[in-house]
Amino acid sequence: MKKMLNFVLNGSEVSAEVESHRMLLQVLREQFQLTGTKEGCGQGECGACTVLVEGIPVDSCIYPAFEVTGKSVVTVEGLLGDGNRLHPIQEAFVANGGIQCGFCTPGMIMSSKALLDGVPVPTAAEVRRALSGNLCRCTGYVQIVDSVLKTHGVTKAEPV
Amino acid sequence: MEQLRFIGTEAPRPDAPDKAAGKAIYIHDLVRPAMLYGKIKFSSFAHARIKSIDTSKAERLPGVRAVITGYNTPEIRIGFIKDNFALKKGKVRQFRDEVAAVAAIDPDIAEEALELIDVEYEELPAVFDPEEALKEGAPLIHETDPRGKPKTDNLVPVPWKFVAGDLEKAKAESAYVAEGYFTTPLIQQSCMGTAGCIAEFDLQNNLLIHTKTQIPFLAQNDFNRALSAMGLKGRNTRVVVPTLGGSFGTGLDTHGYEYIAILLAYKTGRPVKILLNREEEFRALSPRQPTRTWISQGCGKDGWLTFRDIRMTLDNGAYTSWGATTPSVMMLPISSIYRVPNVFYETKIVYTNNTYCQAMRGYGNPQAAWALECNMDQLAEVAGIDPFDLRLKNRNVPDDITQMGLNITSCGHEECLNKVAEKLGWREKRGKGRSIARGVGMASLFHVGGSGRVYRSDGSGIIMKLDDFGNLSVMAGGIEMGQGFISALALASAESLGITPDKVTVLTGDTATCPWDVGTHASRGAFTACNAAIMAARKAREKIFRLASEHFMPRVHFALKLKKKKNPSFEIPDLNWERICDPSEFELKENVIYLKEEPDSPLLRVTLEEILREAHFKEQGTMIVTEAFYDPCNQMLDARTCRGNLSATYIFGAQGAEVEVDLETGEVKILNFVAAHDVGRVLNQQTIKGQIYGGIAQGVGYALFEEYRSSKGINLNPNFLDYKIVSAPDMDFPVHIECVETLDREGPFGAKGVGEPGLVPTAPAIANAVYDAIGIRITDLPMTPEKILAAIKKIR
Repeated sequence: MKKMLNFVLNGSEVSAEVESHRMLLQVLREQFQLTGTKEGCGQGECGACTVLVEGIPVDSCIYPAFEVTGKSVVTVEGLLGDGNRLHPIQEAFVANGGIQCGFCTPGMIMSSKALLDGVPVPTAAEVRRALSGNLCRCTGYVQIVDSVLKTHGVTKAEPV
Repeated sequence: MEQLRFIGTEAPRPDAPDKAAGKAIYIHDLVRPAMLYGKIKFSSFAHARIKSIDTSKAERLPGVRAVITGYNTPEIRIGFIKDNFALKKGKVRQFRDEVAAVAAIDPDIAEEALELIDVEYEELPAVFDPEEALKEGAPLIHETDPRGKPKTDNLVPVPWKFVAGDLEKAKAESAYVAEGYFTTPLIQQSCMGTAGCIAEFDLQNNLLIHTKTQIPFLAQNDFNRALSAMGLKGRNTRVVVPTLGGSFGTGLDTHGYEYIAILLAYKTGRPVKILLNREEEFRALSPRQPTRTWISQGCGKDGWLTFRDIRMTLDNGAYTSWGATTPSVMMLPISSIYRVPNVFYETKIVYTNNTYCQAMRGYGNPQAAWALECNMDQLAEVAGIDPFDLRLKNRNVPDDITQMGLNITSCGHEECLNKVAEKLGWREKRGKGRSIARGVGMASLFHVGGSGRVYRSDGSGIIMKLDDFGNLSVMAGGIEMGQGFISALALASAESLGITPDKVTVLTGDTATCPWDVGTHASRGAFTACNAAIMAARKAREKIFRLASEHFMPRVHFALKLKKKKNPSFEIPDLNWERICDPSEFELKENVIYLKEEPDSPLLRVTLEEILREAHFKEQGTMIVTEAFYDPCNQMLDARTCRGNLSATYIFGAQGAEVEVDLETGEVKILNFVAAHDVGRVLNQQTIKGQIYGGIAQGVGYALFEEYRSSKGINLNPNFLDYKIVSAPDMDFPVHIECVETLDREGPFGAKGVGEPGLVPTAPAIANAVYDAIGIRITDLPMTPEKILAAIKKIR
C-alpha cells in the first residue's frame, strides 16, 4: 500500500508516495533519481548505500523509508555546492587517490562526513574504525584513509 | 632518465570527480525507455536430469512479458571450449545452471514469476572433489565433448605440461630437496558493483548491449555468434561498457545472464536489464580456481637451484571458461622465477559439479606463487641457508632467456629483494623473534609485464582526434574498471603529443566508435594502449607540423599585427613572414607550437588550436585524426612444448611482512609490510600506488581469511557477512611501497604492467613470516586462526 512520505532531502522538503515496505535506498534511487547512492549488497554489509539521517550514517538499503518521516536525509548529491563544486571531503578523495572504481566512494564519503562533522581532526585509527562498515575491493583503504586525514589539511598520524 | 613533463607525476584521475560526486553511471544506474527486468531461475540440484519445466503459471502472472527455457529458445553455446549453454536442456551440472528466465515490467514481478516456474528433476550422483572425479566409476559431468564425441573421464581437454632439462638426474644430484603440498581455496572477485547488462534490438535486429566486460570486442564476436544461432546471421552487436564497479577478471568471459538478456530482449522487442544481486553475484559468477599443488625443489651444496617439480590439479567446475588457460601464466613463474635448469610441470583440469571457475587478478599466478614461494623457504631451511640469501643467489637477472623461452630484458629482481630486506630489517629480525612469536618473511613475484599473447592477437588500437580548440579525444579499445587506465592513457597521450592532460578526453568501451582491442587483462591495459598512443601521437605531430609549415609564420605575423594595433609603438620585426618552414623545424609542447631553434622566442609561438582551426577552415581543408594499432613483439606458446616469449617484457617484485602470532587465539597480526615492485617506469605516482596497495589488501584477505565455502556444490557464504573481505581496520599496519624503475625498452616511456602483481607474493610472504614467528607451516590457504591454533596445539 502506498502512503505519503515527507522528509527533508538534501536541504529541501520533499514528499513522495511510497509503498510501506520500501527501503530508503529504493526511494532515493527510483523516486528521486538520486543514483549516487549505490546498492552493493542490499543487506547492510558493504556500506555503499550509506547516507546521513539526522547526521548519522545509515545503510539505506535496510533502512525502512518511513523511518525518515520528518527527518533530514543527506546523500552524496547533497554535498555538492553551487556549480557542481565538490565538498572538501570529495576534493580530498580526488586529490589523494581515494577513488578507483568509485562504486564504494559515495558511501565512503558519507561515512567520512559523519566522522569529520564530529571529529574534525581524527587519527588514522579513528578513520579506519569509522569506515569499518564501508567495504572497498580496489584501494586497500590506504589512500582512502589518507584522503580523510588530509581533508582538513592534517598530516597522517601514522607512518604509511 | 629522460625528463618528462607529465609522466611520473602524482596526477589525480580524470574520472575521479564524477565518481566522488555520485555522477558516474554504472549499469545499476542505467535505465532505457520501456525497459523490462529479467530474472534467472537457477538449478535446484548440483547434478540432475531435467524431466519437465512448466512455465504456464509464470506466463499468466500480470506484468510478465516473456518466460524462456532451453526448450523454447535456440541453443546458444558459450565458453572457452563451448561446453556450456545459455539455458540448459536435458541436465544440469551445477547449482548455478540457468534453467529458465523471465522478463517482467518490474523486478518484483520477475522475482515472483520465478517462483511459479515448476521444474521437475531426477537427481543424479554428483562429484565435488577433483581427485574423486578422476577415479574410475565417477559420475560423468559431460557424457560427450563439445563435438559430440563420447567422453570417458572428467578431464577437461586442455592439458598443460612443461619439461626442461633432466629432472631425474637433477634430483639424484641435488644436495638438498624440499617437498610440499599446498592448496588454495576458491576466491570470489567481490567487485563492489555487481554484474549486469541491458540488451536491446533495433528494427534491423542489430543488438545494443550495455554490459560489464573487460573484452568488449571479443564479446561482440561472441554475441554475433549468438545472433547467428538465433537466426540473425549477419546482424551486428554494439557493446557499450558503462562505468565499472571493479572487475578483477569477472569480465573475461561472456556469461549466461548476458545471453539470456539478449534472448529476452529479442522475444519481447524491448530493452531487458538483468542485474545480479549480491547473492547471485556470489553464486552465478566464476570465482578464482582452487588448486592443489605438489611441489619439490632442490639445490646444490652451494645453494644453486637444481630442479623444480610441480604437479597440479585444478577444479574446473562444471564448465570451461577462459580460466582453463591460467596454467599458461602459472607456467611463467614455475618455469622461470629464479634461475633453475631442470623443470617439470604438469596440471590436470578436472570437471566437477562445483561452480565453474575463471581467473581472478593474477591469472593463476597467486596460486603458483603460494606453492613456489612457501617451498623456497622450506628448501632454504633444509639447506641451512637464509631464505633471503637463497632468493638473492638464484634471482632473475637482466638479459636472460629462460628455459621457457621468456626473453627477460629489464629486470629489477635483485633491487626489489634488497629493498624488502632493508625496509623490513631482515638481518636484524629474521630468526630472532620466536620467543615473542614474531617473525619476518618474504616472497618474490614474476609476471607478464608486456601483455601476454593468450589470443592470436595481442593488439590494442587507439584513435586520436583533435578538435578546433586543441582538445584531444583519445578513443581506446581498453577498459577502465577502476585500475587507472584512463589516467595513464591521458598522461601518455598528453606527453607524447605535446599538450597538457586537461586537454585530453579518453573515451572507452564502445565497439561502434572505439578501435579494436583484445581486452583488458594480463596487466596489459596501460602497456599496450600507451604504446599505441605514442604511435598515434607521432602521426598526429607529423600532420600538425605539416600544417604548421604553411600556417605558422602567417599566424605569427597576424598576432604581431594585432599587437601593433593595440600598441602602435610596437615595431614588427622583419622575419620573412611568407616563408614556408620545414615541418621538421617545429616542436609542440604544452599546447604551443614553436621553432626548435628558437624555443625561448616570445614572438615565434602559435597555439595548437590556432593551427588546427586553420586546417578546418582553409580551402581544401583537412583534419587531424590518426590511428595506431600496437601489437607487442611477443609470442603465443607453442602448443606442444609450451615454449615461447609470451610477453614483451616481465615484471619482478618482492614483498615482505613482519607478523606477530597470538598463541592464544591463533590470530596473525601484520606489523609491517613492504612491497618493492619493478614497474619499469611510474606513469602516475598516485594510481600506481593505488594498484599496489589494493593488490596487497586482496593478498592479505587471500592469506588470512577469504574463502568461498561450498558444500556439495552449493555456496555457503554468498554475502559479505560470511565471506569476509578486507575492511579498513584490517589494514592497520604500515605499508611501504618501493617502485623500482628499470626503464624497459618495450614499455611506453619504459613502463611495464602493474595491475595484477600486487597480490601475487602477499600470501606466501605472510606465511613465511608466520613460520619464522612460530615454526608452523600452514600449507592450505587461508591461514585462519582455527588452523593456526590447531597446529600450535598439535606441536605442544
